[in-house]
Formats: sequence, C-alpha cells, structure tokens
Amino acid sequence: MGIFQTLSFAAPELVLVLGAMALLITGVFAGDKSAKKIGYGCVALLLVAVLLVLFSPTAPTASLFNGAFRIDAFSSFAKVIIYLAAALAILMSDQYFANEKLRRFEYPVLIVLAAFGMSLMVSATDLISLYMGIETQSLALYILAAFKRDSRRSTEAGLKYFVLGALSTCLLLYGASLIYGFTGSTSFEEISRIASLEGANVGLIIGLVFLISGLAFKVSAAPFHMWTPDVYEGAPTPVTAFFAAAPKLAGMALFARVLVSSFPGALDDWQPVIAMIAVASMAVGAFSAIPQTNIKRLMAYSSIGHMGYALIGLSAGTAQGVKSVLVYMAIYVAMTIGAFACILMMRRRGGMTENISDLSGLTKTNMPLALILTVLLFSLAGVPPAAGFFGKWLVFFAAVDAGLVWLAIVGVFASAVSAYYYLRIVWFMWFDEPAEPFERGAAPVLQFAAWGSALLMLPVLPVFMGRLIEFADRAASALF
Amino acid sequence: MIDSLADQHWLSLLTFAPLIGALFIVISRMMAKKNDDGVIAGPDLEQVESNARIIALAFTVGAFLISLGVFALYDRSLAGFQLVEEAAWIGGGISYKLGVDGISILFVLLTTFIMPICILASWDSIKSRVADYMIAFLVLETLMIGVFCSLDLFLFYVFFEGSLIPMFLIIGVWGSKGTKEFAGFTLPSRVYAALKFFLYTLIGSLLLLVAMAWMYKQAGTTDIVALQQFDFPAGAQKWLWLAFFASFAVKMPMWPVHTWLPDAHVQAPTAGSIVLAAILLKMGGYGFLRFSLPMFPLASADFAPFIYALSIIAIIYTSLVALAQEDMKKLIAYSSVAHMGFVTMGIFTATKQGIEGGLFQMLSHGFISGALFLCVGIVYNRMHTREIAAYGGLVHRMPLYAFLFLFFTLANVGLPGTSGFIGEILALVGAFKVNSWIAFFAAFGLILSAAYALRLYRQVMYGELVKQALMSIRDVDRRELLSLGALMAFTLYLGVNPGPALDVFSPSVDLLMENYDAALAAGALR
Repeated sequence: MGIFQTLSFAAPELVLVLGAMALLITGVFAGDKSAKKIGYGCVALLLVAVLLVLFSPTAPTASLFNGAFRIDAFSSFAKVIIYLAAALAILMSDQYFANEKLRRFEYPVLIVLAAFGMSLMVSATDLISLYMGIETQSLALYILAAFKRDSRRSTEAGLKYFVLGALSTCLLLYGASLIYGFTGSTSFEEISRIASLEGANVGLIIGLVFLISGLAFKVSAAPFHMWTPDVYEGAPTPVTAFFAAAPKLAGMALFARVLVSSFPGALDDWQPVIAMIAVASMAVGAFSAIPQTNIKRLMAYSSIGHMGYALIGLSAGTAQGVKSVLVYMAIYVAMTIGAFACILMMRRRGGMTENISDLSGLTKTNMPLALILTVLLFSLAGVPPAAGFFGKWLVFFAAVDAGLVWLAIVGVFASAVSAYYYLRIVWFMWFDEPAEPFERGAAPVLQFAAWGSALLMLPVLPVFMGRLIEFADRAASALF
Repeated sequence: MIDSLADQHWLSLLTFAPLIGALFIVISRMMAKKNDDGVIAGPDLEQVESNARIIALAFTVGAFLISLGVFALYDRSLAGFQLVEEAAWIGGGISYKLGVDGISILFVLLTTFIMPICILASWDSIKSRVADYMIAFLVLETLMIGVFCSLDLFLFYVFFEGSLIPMFLIIGVWGSKGTKEFAGFTLPSRVYAALKFFLYTLIGSLLLLVAMAWMYKQAGTTDIVALQQFDFPAGAQKWLWLAFFASFAVKMPMWPVHTWLPDAHVQAPTAGSIVLAAILLKMGGYGFLRFSLPMFPLASADFAPFIYALSIIAIIYTSLVALAQEDMKKLIAYSSVAHMGFVTMGIFTATKQGIEGGLFQMLSHGFISGALFLCVGIVYNRMHTREIAAYGGLVHRMPLYAFLFLFFTLANVGLPGTSGFIGEILALVGAFKVNSWIAFFAAFGLILSAAYALRLYRQVMYGELVKQALMSIRDVDRRELLSLGALMAFTLYLGVNPGPALDVFSPSVDLLMENYDAALAAGALR
C-alpha cells in the first residue's frame, strides 16, 4: 500500500490532528478572545471527521502502518459516536465556561486531541499503537480534569487522575511487555496465532491479566474505579460530561478488540476475570450510589455500574457479546450526555448546584427539564420501554447465550438495586415540595442535547432498535 | 368485507389510541400561556385542566368504542389468535406482533371499560396537576392494552414492565397524606408505597427477563405462538416456570409476596386503586394462562400442589387479615388477595371448569373490586378518611349509596345472581375434580368473605347516625351513579347469564387444555 493510500485511510485522524494543531497555533496568537471561534472550528473538524468516516470512499476494511491500525466497521462505529460526543462536549461547555469566566481556547483543542487519541485506540491492532492511543487520550484528559486550575477540587481531581492513571499505565505496559516476551510480537494477529499454536502459557496469562487491569482502570470498572467519583465530582461539569461518555466507549471498544482478536483461544482464561470485574463493578455501582447526595458523584457510581453491564456482554466473548457491548455503549453515551446536559442546566443564582435535593419538586417548577430527566433516569435504570432496557436485554441475552446464566442473574439483581437510586431522583422531582427554581435561559445547545437524548431514549431508539442492532452487528462481525 | 376489515391495524389503533390522547394533552399544556416563572397559573391552568379531563374522557371512551369494534370483528367460534398483525422490529425473531384470542379479548374489553370510569372517578377528586394525572392514566391504558394484545414475549415484557412507571407516579404524586417510619427514615407513606410497588414488581419480573433470554436462545424467537409449540426440556421447564412464577405471583399477588398491595391500594388515589385492582392484578393471572400453563405444562403439573397450597393460604389467611382491618381500602385490598387465590387455584387445576372459573373470576373481580374502591372513594371524597370507625349509620343519609354498596358487597361475597358467584363456584368445581380437600379448604374463603364484607357493611352503613360530621353528607351524584350503574349492570348480567362470556373463553380454553394434556401424555411416555 502506497503512503498516500495509507494516509487517505487515516483521513479522519489526519483532519483532527492537523486541524487541532492549526487551531492551537491560531489560539496562541489570537488569545482567549478567540476561544468561542476556536470551539466552533473544533466542532467543524469533528463533524468533517464524522463525514469522512461515514462516506469513506475506499474499502471499509484496511490494515494501516504495517498492521498497527485497522480501519473496519468496528472502528468506524465507535469513531462516529466518539466524534459526535466530543463535538457535543465542546458545544455544551460554552455557557458553563462563560459563566465561570474560564473560557479558554485550549479546551476545545484538548477535546479534539483526546478524540484523536480515542480513534487511535479503537483502531489499534498492536500493543504499541494501543499504548499510543491510550496515552494520547489520557494526557489530554488529565489536563481537562484540572482545567479549572484555581479550584482546589479541580486540581485535586486532575492530580488524582494523573497519578492513578500513570499507575494503571504501568500495569498495562508491564502486561504488554510480558505478552511481548512470551510471544515475540506486539501485533494482535501474531499474538493470537502464537497463543493458539502453543496454548496460553502462564506468562501470557499473567501478562493478559495486567493488561486487563490497565484497561479496566481506563473504563473505570471495579476494583479499579476509585478515582472515578472524585474526578467526576472535582472536574468542571462539562469535562465530566465528556469523561463519562466518549472515553468509556473508546475504552470498551479497545477492550473488546484486544480480548477478542488477540486472545480468542484463551477465552476460558479471561472470561472469569472479566466476569468477576463485571460483578464487582455492578455491585459497586449499585450499592455505593445509594447514599450519594451529589449528582455528579452519583453519576460516577452509575457509570461504574454501567461498565459492569457492558462487561457482561464482553465476557461472553462471542460476536453476539461484542454486538451487545456496542449497542449498550452507544445507548449509554447518548443517555449520559443527555443527563449531563440536564445537570449543566441546574443553575441557581449564577452558580451551579449539584445536590440531588436541589431537584426537589422540579415537576412543579420546570416540567420540561423534569420530564427529560425522568425519561433519562428510567432509561439509565433499564426500565422498559426506554432504550436503556434494550441495551440491558442484549447484554443479558449475550451472557445467557454463552452459557453464563448466573452472570445474567447477578446482573438483573444489580439492576434492581440500582433502580432504587434512580427512582429516588424521580421521587424527589415528582413527589416532593419544590425547591427554589433553577435559572431560566439555559443555552439552546444544552436544551437540544437534553431533548435530543430524551427523545432518542423514548421513542426513537426503541422503535428503530432493529437498525441500531444491525449497525452494531456489522461492526461486531468485523472482529471475528 | 369483514375479512378486509380484519386485516386492518385494529389492535394497534386500539393500543395506541389513548397514547394519542396523552399527546393531545401534552400539546395543550405546551400551548398554554405561562407566567414569568414559566408556570401555567390562574384561568389558563383551569382551561388546561378542563381540556385535559375532556380529552382523557373522549379518548378512553373512544378506545372503548374501538374495542367494541374489535370485539365485533372477533370470531368467537375460533380458538386461535385473531386480528393478528406483525411488523419487523428488533430482528432475529423478535417482532412487533399483536393479536387476541378468547383468553385476552375480554381483558382488553375490561380495560377499556374500566378506564372511562377511572377518569370519571377522578373528575373532581383530583385537584392538583390534573393534566399530568390524565396523561399518566392514558399512558397506563396504552401499556395495559398492549400487555393483553402482545403476541411476542419481548413486546409483552416491555408493556408489562412499562406499566410500572405511570402507576409509580400515580401513587407517588396523587397518593394520600401521612408519613411512615422506614429503616430510620421518615418518608411520606405514598412514596413508601410507590417505591415498594415498583421495586417488588421489578424484582419479580427481572427473573422473567433471564428466563426469556434462555427461551430465546433455545427457540430462536420470542413469538408467543411459536414458544407455545416449542418443546422445552422437562428439567429446564422447572426453572423457567419458577422465573415466570416469580413475576406473576408478585403481580397477582399471591401470598406471601402480596404485602405491596395493601400499601399501594391504601395510598393510591381512588382511580389508581380501581385500575390496580381491576386490571393490573389481572396481568398476573393472564400471564399464568398465557405462558406458564401452555409453555411449561410439565412443570405446571409438578408445581400445581404448591400453587394450591399458596392459594389456600391466601384465601384463608388474607380473609382473616381482612377481618381485622380498620381501613376500608385495606380491607378490600386483602379481600382482593383472597379472591385472586381462587383464580390461581382454578387456573392450575388445569380443568376446563377451573380455568374458565379463574378467567371468569378475574373478569368479575374487575367489576366488583373496581366498584368497591369507587364506593370507598365516594365517601372518602366527602369525609377524607377511610377509617371504618369514622363512619356509621350512613344508610340514613345516603340510601342510594347504601343500596349500591350492599349490592357490590354481596357480589364480593359471591351471592348467586352476581358474577362473583359464577367464578368462585366454577373454580371450586375445578378444584373438586382434582382433590376434594382443596375445594374444602377453599370454600372457607366464601364464609370468611361474608364475615369481613358484612362486618364492613354493618359498621359503615347501619347503626345510629351519631357523628356530627356525617350529618350533612351527600348521597351519590349523577356521575357516580353512572359509573356504579354501569358496573352493576355488568355484574348482574354476567351473574345471571354467564354464557356469552364463557362462550368467548371456551374455544381457546379447549385448545389450551388439548395441548396441555397432549404435552403431559408425551411427557409421561418419555
């Protein structure tokens, strides 16, 4: 493959990274006054990248840079969602940063760079490129977490995230080096070939477990979840919105690709590990969220729980399982963005409020917001007919299909427990006496994101679920 | 002509008609003028509320008329599913499929009949957030009709679970006042009841979800007709049966998982109690008949004694509990549990009389319990208490009410000539065929129900009218009379002439029995 053809396959990434650099230089010269314009520029870059992925003129499957990356239906599915989520994260931040007098041009550029890192992650087919993708993403995210640098909470979040993230990267690298040591290759394809030839030996398994630990940290699955609540709470809310959505999808996609394409033969070895991580995450997500009073912390535990459900699908190790993970994560990203759009609308007397009790009696003071949040909460809880239920159904079915009935049963009980804390918010909004109303005049883009997400959850996605599953099916079969 | 009519999307239209009504209310709410705080107030609010009442009534009556049309198109002589419509949905054997047979059609009619009564019962008694209330009821109606019309297990589950959401809001928002101590917290008792209702039912149904996944894996489809013909291995049937049982037993509710029901009934507004007793509980019995019996015949036969035991405990124990109640709604709630005991007993006798008795009992209980909750609602609206002790001697002030209440009390006891009698006697006959001891114990329920129902009637209606507050109480008005009169007409008609209803059940029940016996015979050979 010629260099130009290779580069043409990587067009979306090239657009992102070159565009981000150009905008960064512009920002340096034009200063923070230009932050808004640079934000729009970044959104435009992401949308161009989405179009390039969707209407790629070349064959849908290709291996690039000597097998370091792979462009296929799987990576395209993930990229489209990542780019859209990143674009929304930029647009949704504007009002917040304007109010906090924190509008800086670096923010959108960092989001684009993180999105670039994520798109490397979802197409990585080599341990080196995997590491590159993760680090590109993580470095941008560390800075974003500490973005409100005069706030102690935000800097604390950034530092915590950085230190623990570095630790997890160590684990990951150690695992990768063990795997390299025992197979003599960093390419997923080679690893898979050698592992199936010689059988998975102990060294390889240990390497795999370290690798899984590192990845579990990135998707904030228990027992590697400790950073999540603090970072979610401390980081500026638009940043949290971004953290909760796109990186989780990218991490989960990477997880799926590593396990399924490099260790298909070792399913018996990694299946119990993933299943236990899933159980732990669901339990932590379900029980720890109950006493929370801060809605961002609650969302953190909720996302830990959701990663548990998605990992149920992954632990099946089948095409059905990967498909269910993709559908689950797509729905999860959409509802999380909507939920954070609602949280960003919780403004009172010029400041943000983050307590769950601030939502009391919302149906009496602001019915539209309450309605959106109600739909999203029922969707997060996985109660039909909202879309969240369909995601749960798919992962439970994948588990049952792969013979893991016990895991599905644990999953349904965890979702019953977690239904309680979602219901608690619904109860505050509907049953309690109203608290002071929120400020009117939320930015149109927040309204758009919240309404769009709620309408997607009910009725659009439930009605057209067949289409989404079809796309995910095509994406998942690219791995097998 | 009829054929081409039957090909239309009648059931979809019927299912989603109330939802369209809800959308109209949403639109009228959105169009209304809002004040500076973004809240509708004053005359605008009154306009929105009266619009909401009228739209809700129009659409529930409309749905009733459509269901009558569906009933007219339905051919009573056939056993299979009719008016079937199917559309691609999720793919891979899960589709949007609706249809009715002799078992479900009457429940659809019951639902559409009860709903206008609920709207009428809430006309004046609901004073806050009327538009939201009506929306919740219309959405609930769509989901309930959907439950009875679904011919796809997955679709059934979506409707079955979805119905929790509006009911949760109805109990929690418009429930009665009072607080409850729970696990160290003090919370409004309506919230406690709503949460208990939601979580109990949710936990019950989640196991059904896993069972459904397993069945889908085996059969490759969730089509109910295909699943009924699918031969699940005997060992697996047990687990599947138990999973379905967990869900339907909570919904029904059967002893010992009935405790959510008294709480929910007491806290719910009148119309909420009516829907709960008349329709939502019937989903459990319907589920047993639609899924447990035909899909897992071997397990059903094995577990039948277990069901008899639970049913008899429910009949006797909850009747005794009802005797001790001091709250009118709670008393009727416990009596519902007892009456549902007859239903489960009848269904699992797997005899024609038993099943038809169970079905008939559910139908008749829909009218009677609905009417009883309405009666309680009538005095509650006037006096704002449900304490039995707060009343006495009402017959002197409310003669018409006393008559109606007496009628429904006796129907609840199972007086011959009312529909309550037919259902219970058929279920008992079915039980007698299987084992006379079961029938013997169950018959105690009839005696005990007379005891608690007549006690309630005596304490509320008879005696001297001594309480000052009761002196000025009004008798039933025209709207209440209309609702109660309609319910009374059906109760009497079905009691005197049960034939038409039984004829509708009969072909489908025959088919069910035939398949059931064949499956048992095949199972015995294996």
